[in-house]
Amino acid sequence: MLSPSSGNTVIKSKLISRRMFLLTAAKAVVLVGIVGRLVSLQINERSKYKTLSDKNRFREWKLAPERGVIKDFFNKEIASNRQVYQVHLIPENSKDIEKLFVRLKTILNITDKKLFYLKKIIAKQKPWEPIIVSDNITWSEFSRLNLFLHELEGVKPIVSVARMYPDNSSAHILGYVSQVSAKDLQNKKYLKELHVPGMSIGKTGLERKLDEEIIGKIGFQRYEVNAYGKRIKQIQINEGQAGKSFKTTLDFEVQKFTNELLKDKAAAVCVMDIYNGDIISLVSSPTFEPNQFVHGLEKKYWNSLIKNEMKPLTNKAISGLYPPGSTIKTLVALSALENGIIKPLDTFRCKGKIELYGEKFHCWEKDGHGIVNLRKGIQRSCDVYFYEISRKLGVDRLSETAKRFGLGKKVLDGFVEERAGVVPNTKWKKKFIGQNWYLGETLHSGIGQGYFQSTPLQLCLMTAQIANGGFEIKPRIIFDEKNNNLRDYIKYKNENPNEPLPTDLLLSNFELNPLFKNQEHINLIKDAMFSSSNEPGGTSYRHRWENKKFTFAGKTGSSQIKRFTEAQREAEVKQESLPYKDRDHALFVAFAPYNDPKYAISVLVEHGGSGGKAAAPIAKKVIKKVLERHALRQKINSLSGESI
Amino acid sequence: MFRARSIQSSLSLKDKLFSIDYILVISIFILGLISILAMYSTDGGEFKYHTNSHILRFFVFFIMFLVLSFIQIRFWHSQSYLIYILFFLLLLGVKYFGLTSSGSKRWLDLYFMNLQPSELMKIGLILFLAKYYHRISIENINQLRFLFLPIVALISPLILVATQPDLGTALLIAAGGLTVAWLAGVRVKFFAFSAIAFIALLPIAISFLKPYQKSRILTFLNPERDPLGAGYQIIQSKIAIGSGGLFGKGFLQGSQSYLDYLPEKHTDFIFTLFSEEFGFFGSLFILLLYAIIVWRIVRIGNITRSNFGKLYCYSFATAFFIYVVVNMMMVLGLLPIVGSPLPIMSYGGSSMMAIMLGLGIVMSCKIYKDTPVN
Repeated sequence: MLSPSSGNTVIKSKLISRRMFLLTAAKAVVLVGIVGRLVSLQINERSKYKTLSDKNRFREWKLAPERGVIKDFFNKEIASNRQVYQVHLIPENSKDIEKLFVRLKTILNITDKKLFYLKKIIAKQKPWEPIIVSDNITWSEFSRLNLFLHELEGVKPIVSVARMYPDNSSAHILGYVSQVSAKDLQNKKYLKELHVPGMSIGKTGLERKLDEEIIGKIGFQRYEVNAYGKRIKQIQINEGQAGKSFKTTLDFEVQKFTNELLKDKAAAVCVMDIYNGDIISLVSSPTFEPNQFVHGLEKKYWNSLIKNEMKPLTNKAISGLYPPGSTIKTLVALSALENGIIKPLDTFRCKGKIELYGEKFHCWEKDGHGIVNLRKGIQRSCDVYFYEISRKLGVDRLSETAKRFGLGKKVLDGFVEERAGVVPNTKWKKKFIGQNWYLGETLHSGIGQGYFQSTPLQLCLMTAQIANGGFEIKPRIIFDEKNNNLRDYIKYKNENPNEPLPTDLLLSNFELNPLFKNQEHINLIKDAMFSSSNEPGGTSYRHRWENKKFTFAGKTGSSQIKRFTEAQREAEVKQESLPYKDRDHALFVAFAPYNDPKYAISVLVEHGGSGGKAAAPIAKKVIKKVLERHALRQKINSLSGESI
Repeated sequence: MFRARSIQSSLSLKDKLFSIDYILVISIFILGLISILAMYSTDGGEFKYHTNSHILRFFVFFIMFLVLSFIQIRFWHSQSYLIYILFFLLLLGVKYFGLTSSGSKRWLDLYFMNLQPSELMKIGLILFLAKYYHRISIENINQLRFLFLPIVALISPLILVATQPDLGTALLIAAGGLTVAWLAGVRVKFFAFSAIAFIALLPIAISFLKPYQKSRILTFLNPERDPLGAGYQIIQSKIAIGSGGLFGKGFLQGSQSYLDYLPEKHTDFIFTLFSEEFGFFGSLFILLLYAIIVWRIVRIGNITRSNFGKLYCYSFATAFFIYVVVNMMMVLGLLPIVGSPLPIMSYGGSSMMAIMLGLGIVMSCKIYKDTPVN
């Protein structure tokens, strides 16, 4: 019994060992598998998991950068920053949001609507992300909040900075800033990495054009957080970088002065340095309060802006399109001279109207101007004279000249609200209206009516380029030390038209681009404009400056809103007696001083009637103001020249 | 018979002390010290509740292991069935008097500790089957009537544990039991049949699974399915281990663990914590320690004369190995999260107790290696 049993035991023991060997082999395989997995996780993919671990570990809170300021030519801040008091709330730090809001309501002025909106935001975002309860509270509210802070868990009083515009005279050209909208985030790529809740971005004007650079670089606070989102410690702080500040060519004093002049009018004024294109002033009226936009607009104010028929939100100087009216006559005459259609002394007889294929074309002077040559044609703004020469010139040649002088295209960079206007010609009409051109339309174009559309800024540029002797300039609004010596160039060229430029002028990298074939023609136009403003019978003679320092040469214009009926014409209906909406827009362009031109100006008064009566008096005052400040401006220019 | 008795009685205390496998004891001790370090790290570098109670348990049960080592192997053999029955009764007791925590009833309140009898059953079943297969003759092993008792002994505790519910422990108990049967020579075809039967019954079994258990299996198949829910543990564990890199983030520097991204870091995910702080080389060291422990146990099985000792040591070594690799594969994302502690390393008294009991019996096999059991 013992021996079979022990034999049995030995067999069994061998079997057990054999099977154990198999199991051991299997164990080795599994062990290798585990080591392989460790190699793959900890060696091959360690950077991936390191990143994931850091992503767990760190959380960043973005800090809104301080927006750069915008200064005028004299370094006065025209869009600055001011301290504001804000209330932020981190929902996860509050034990009972509902109770907190009830308490907050007793301390601050929060509407139920706002509360509803805030709750919606809280529900949408992560509990550790701060929300802005109020972005602009008064000092007394702020101090009261601090007093009760111990009862307000999760609430953080913050002292921040926000945009502030010291004056609303430049509201249109500066534009305004406001909260980022969903659409902005979609359309503006630079905002993708920049966006911080509560950050303002430029919506119009310079604020929008400069937004990308002026907004600054975002800062962040990096915290180590645990799995429940609680901040454990601050790891890193980056204050960000304040946005770049910009100096403009605008003169804040002139802006204020002009804005005051235009009060209660729907009007625009544009003043430009004729040599370097610096925009000294660009005012649109009525203006609006840009500070209202910074902290969320009140509905009432918004409605009042929207419903105002004078359209305060439109920058009329660059987005308003008006037929140039008689101001275009300078270019019509120039085009005719350049194309050899007329000689300066060629005359036409104005009998108050002409007839063409049975259609009557009236001169504004019902009784006619009699014998008219070029100088008198511009001085008196005789329509018949211009009907005659534009008929001979043809619209295509006219449009070519007009485009060369800057009409029909955007003249600034980066202003989304700027409009190009229209310089019509036969091709344009075929393309956009689908009809052939009629000769009668050429006549209308010759006096700046019909399809012609231009902005006051374009008219100012046109005048500046005539005033500087016919050289192309590029309007600019951001101060730039470059090209400031263009003034010397052009002056030299004007004084010594047939001599080559001296070396020092040549060295400067500016290429003069004459817009004329014969500069004599430009001078003829300038002379005619002088007579229009300074000789009896001229359309703006009544508003001249006797003082040689301020003497300007200009051209009036009015753009028709409604055609006069024959009956009205017979009855000699005055513009003033028409309903406001039917009155012509008054226009005036000029440059000054005549002897040594420095600035060009364009004035538009919507529904102001005739240019001579409504626009020229404004131009007269602005010209004086600008010229009075010219010496000061020169000083700044020479200073900055030295500092290079 | 008589000769055997004389050999046994001739063992002096000196002989006994000499025959202890010191490599095994030292490996276990080192592992214990490492587990204390890891526990200290889970407490954020302070001696807090988990660390203190882990230290106490480790030393208490380590001493228990040493003491048990001197109990004669014959005792373990003769009391195997009784031990199994005792553990089974405890399991039954859980069903009626157990403590419920996070949805499952696993513990008995013994006032000084909460006992988890299912952990003890891991050892109890191995003991029971080792004795059973030691006793029956080799011809009978594959006869159906001799398969009846092992199946009953296996299935009964399994059902009790699985319905606690604790699927993970149930599977680990089964793994130990099946290992004994396999080693004893039960034919492969029986395993194949049971596998087929298991697969056939799987759909029915799945219908009995609790939703959270189903979700765990689905999550294992695709952890990104629900990264903040069920997949969270696997993802965070992989991040922790992967970000440890070659050398780890340093002791007490495991950001995943001290910032609470790591779930269950005291228990199931203790290896993750260690691996995050000590990196690839640290993990390899732990693996090496476990491999040494398994190797020493197998070696004891090799030199033990009795088949009971062989069956027990081999099975316990294999089961121990399975506990280790299941836990590691789980935290490495190679297996679903089934909730199985890492032997010695994980926090938990019952598991520590069971493992030390198992090791004590192993060491008894070593000391009394030449003693016949019956």
